[in-house]
Amino acid sequence: MSTAEQIAIERATVEVDIACVGFGPAMGGFLTTLSRKLLNEDGSPALESKTMPGMPLQVICYERADDIGFGVSGVVTRARGIRASFPNLDPAQIPMATPVSGEKLVYLLDPIGASRRSRALRIGDRFFRTFRRLLRVEHDALELPFTPRFLHKKDGLVLSIGQFNQWVGAQLMSSGTVQVWPGMPVTEALIEDEKVLGVRLLDQGVDRRGNPDAGFAPGMDIHAALTVVGDGPVGAVSRDIDNRLGTPAGNEVREWAIGMKFVIELRPDVDLQPGTVIHTFGYPEPEMFGFLYIHPGHMASVGIFVPSWFDCPTRTAYRYLQHYIQHPYLWRYLDGGRLRSWGAKSLQESGKRGEPFLAGNGYARIGESSGSTNVLTGSGVDEAWTTGTLLAEGVIELLQTQIAFTRENLAQAYESRRRASWLEKEARIAEKSRDGFQRGVVTGLIGMALAAFSNGRLSLGSHPVKPCERLVSPAEYYGSKLTPQKISAIQQDCDVRGTSVHDSLMDRCGWPEIKHDGSLLVSHQDVLLMGGKVQAPAGYADHVVFRDVEVCRRCGSKLCVEMCSGQAITRSMEGAPNFDREKCIFCGACMWNCPETVQGQANLQFRAGAGGLHSAEN
Amino acid sequence: MSNSFQVVVCASVVPDPLQTLEPVTGPNGPALKNEMMLPAILDPWAAHALYEGANLVKQVAGSALWLVSMAPKAKLQQVMMTVAQKVPLQLVALDGPSSGFADAHQTATALAVAIRNIPGLDLPRLLLFGGWESASRSAGVTLQMVGDELGIVDQFQGVDAITPQDDGSFEVLERIEGARHQVSLCAGPPAVLGWATGSLGEPRNNPQVGMANMRTIMPALQRAVAATISSDGLQYANVTTPKQQRQTRIVKDVPADEIASELVQWIKQE
Repeated sequence: MSTAEQIAIERATVEVDIACVGFGPAMGGFLTTLSRKLLNEDGSPALESKTMPGMPLQVICYERADDIGFGVSGVVTRARGIRASFPNLDPAQIPMATPVSGEKLVYLLDPIGASRRSRALRIGDRFFRTFRRLLRVEHDALELPFTPRFLHKKDGLVLSIGQFNQWVGAQLMSSGTVQVWPGMPVTEALIEDEKVLGVRLLDQGVDRRGNPDAGFAPGMDIHAALTVVGDGPVGAVSRDIDNRLGTPAGNEVREWAIGMKFVIELRPDVDLQPGTVIHTFGYPEPEMFGFLYIHPGHMASVGIFVPSWFDCPTRTAYRYLQHYIQHPYLWRYLDGGRLRSWGAKSLQESGKRGEPFLAGNGYARIGESSGSTNVLTGSGVDEAWTTGTLLAEGVIELLQTQIAFTRENLAQAYESRRRASWLEKEARIAEKSRDGFQRGVVTGLIGMALAAFSNGRLSLGSHPVKPCERLVSPAEYYGSKLTPQKISAIQQDCDVRGTSVHDSLMDRCGWPEIKHDGSLLVSHQDVLLMGGKVQAPAGYADHVVFRDVEVCRRCGSKLCVEMCSGQAITRSMEGAPNFDREKCIFCGACMWNCPETVQGQANLQFRAGAGGLHSAEN
Repeated sequence: MSNSFQVVVCASVVPDPLQTLEPVTGPNGPALKNEMMLPAILDPWAAHALYEGANLVKQVAGSALWLVSMAPKAKLQQVMMTVAQKVPLQLVALDGPSSGFADAHQTATALAVAIRNIPGLDLPRLLLFGGWESASRSAGVTLQMVGDELGIVDQFQGVDAITPQDDGSFEVLERIEGARHQVSLCAGPPAVLGWATGSLGEPRNNPQVGMANMRTIMPALQRAVAATISSDGLQYANVTTPKQQRQTRIVKDVPADEIASELVQWIKQE
């Protein structure tokens, strides 16, 4: 293949002091803390640039998305790290932010009878329905009388992560000390002799395959004494560093989830108080967790998590989310509402078990891809923010003492801070809390409780396997409801029509048809344009690439098609699925769902790319 | 005599047009619901003017380019993160409303004052650029008023091209009815050019341009003067968004004739 890389290319080089990759909560924490130490009160540099002598430190952050408010997660967070950075934080200054006013944990029964429940759950459901008056089972749901302490978000905040990122970005811009560049994807780290020298920006003006085309502009090389990587769980630079410099022995990301949510404008008569937090489990499938957060202004975030231990070979999030919001417990609030926005993202659910090397020569890792998510409490934003602030404190210390960014110095300045923090203490408690889910939902919940109440000393001890290693065939999964012949006929029909099979399979397994109303219940295609749009700037290569077409042809599940959040990957009669960059929201689900490997690597490559979801009220 | 130009582009910041826009009545009159939460962009019409202005400045030695923009400061900051990567420019920032409901005359006055106060600006060499329409109100009157306030009598609207001549004059193509252009020869600046789409595509993001711009844009944002735009005496009898109905279907391999035919059928149903 004749790619841009194989042609001798002269690349422009830019020298900066600190190059940052990805703008999310972790980078927000890093830049907020760092920016406050860059200038003296009289405006003179407190930390002088080595690349531009006499000037303040040159700190530049490159973000793939076309806007820093791209984030797609409704969030409830204890906000300890965020409040520490902003001691006088007034949530009213951040759109859609409000203090937590109340929390509920709710078990949802299956009102339809299509959910795939274990015998234990079926017995439990029968018990709840039989004693519904005694147990106060209403709207097919059981509100638990208490929320376990470890799940509490008391004194926390309900946030829109998109709005929060925009707010943080505005604070940083007004400081004038750091630069944040959206629409500027980074493709890889520049590594020599196990030292990260900076990053390379993505080539522009290329065709779909990456060959130089009209207006070819090779991505620049950004050289920096320190590269800070916070590009999220599916970020290209994080994975590049892991592949080339390795990961700590035994550490690997084996558990994932796709989080998908709606932002809904509620009916005027809905009287849920802003700050209300409702977490659910049990429906639409027992493996899925859900949430409803109430923002100010009659807005709500509602969503589900589809985890990698949900063994369905056609695990789709969108269809399930539509069934979720129609559960009677939620529908009484959401019926009559208006969909304003939608989004999805992958979540790294291995937590500390997926922790990479936190620092090396010339680089440091922060945020979700650094294993900061607490998988017991299900919280990640404040944890990510805190990793950024801890790194910034260490970096300031090294800069002030003019010590180089070597592996040893960064370990002392950053990693030791992290090990001594509340973040590490809680991550250790959470480390094995999800083990039971490998054996079922009820076992999983017991495992979580064990880990929580024993401070991490007890666990069910089943080391997770990779998502693709536990995948069963459609015939196995749907065997109790559909014959193999029927399933095969559905697959062939979908191949011809170029559609995914999950809708057809769910229809035949008792899930009712979604009745689109054009306002809240809309087609998967329409939701791509609801409240925003997918950005796919011209002149960039496809970032989803199928390495071996024959392997795709033989693949039975086509899970990349089934789980694609934006219907960007579709079935094809020609072997490899079709990929449409104009619909890809960069959730990255295809990356961890590809069940086929070639030479030890997934057949589907999820590379660096430009654009993605640009949504209004996420 | 120098034939260089001093190009000043007036550009507002508008909510991304693909968002859901909903007019509401607030304490200060009409507004868009959740406007501060909506992603903002440089007005697409004015963006064409900016790219054409930057191209002109590159062609004519000694020329300079300023971007004058009035919007809430936070929105300006957000938009500049992207715009600054496109073309070299100097920003003049005004902290004020950009909702599209602000009084056009007062807005024009504030912009004209800001332009007059640009240090080193040679008004007789001024080419005032902007969009001939605006995505926020589709009136396109503010630019003409700014020109009037600055005493500029040569005004062109619906401009698609400007071609400088050796003698300092320039040729202008203006859109007229029947998909045709009117060709004018202007003796020289000052002049107002309200741009249609021009012929240049959106420049690619360039980190070097961005870094160079930010050295002046950051201080400009910090110096942004608060523009006083009063809503007194201004009344809107009615505010509506265009009737819209969305039925999305994304197709890739359907012939254009077939798509056109389907669209005609759909319109006939209305």
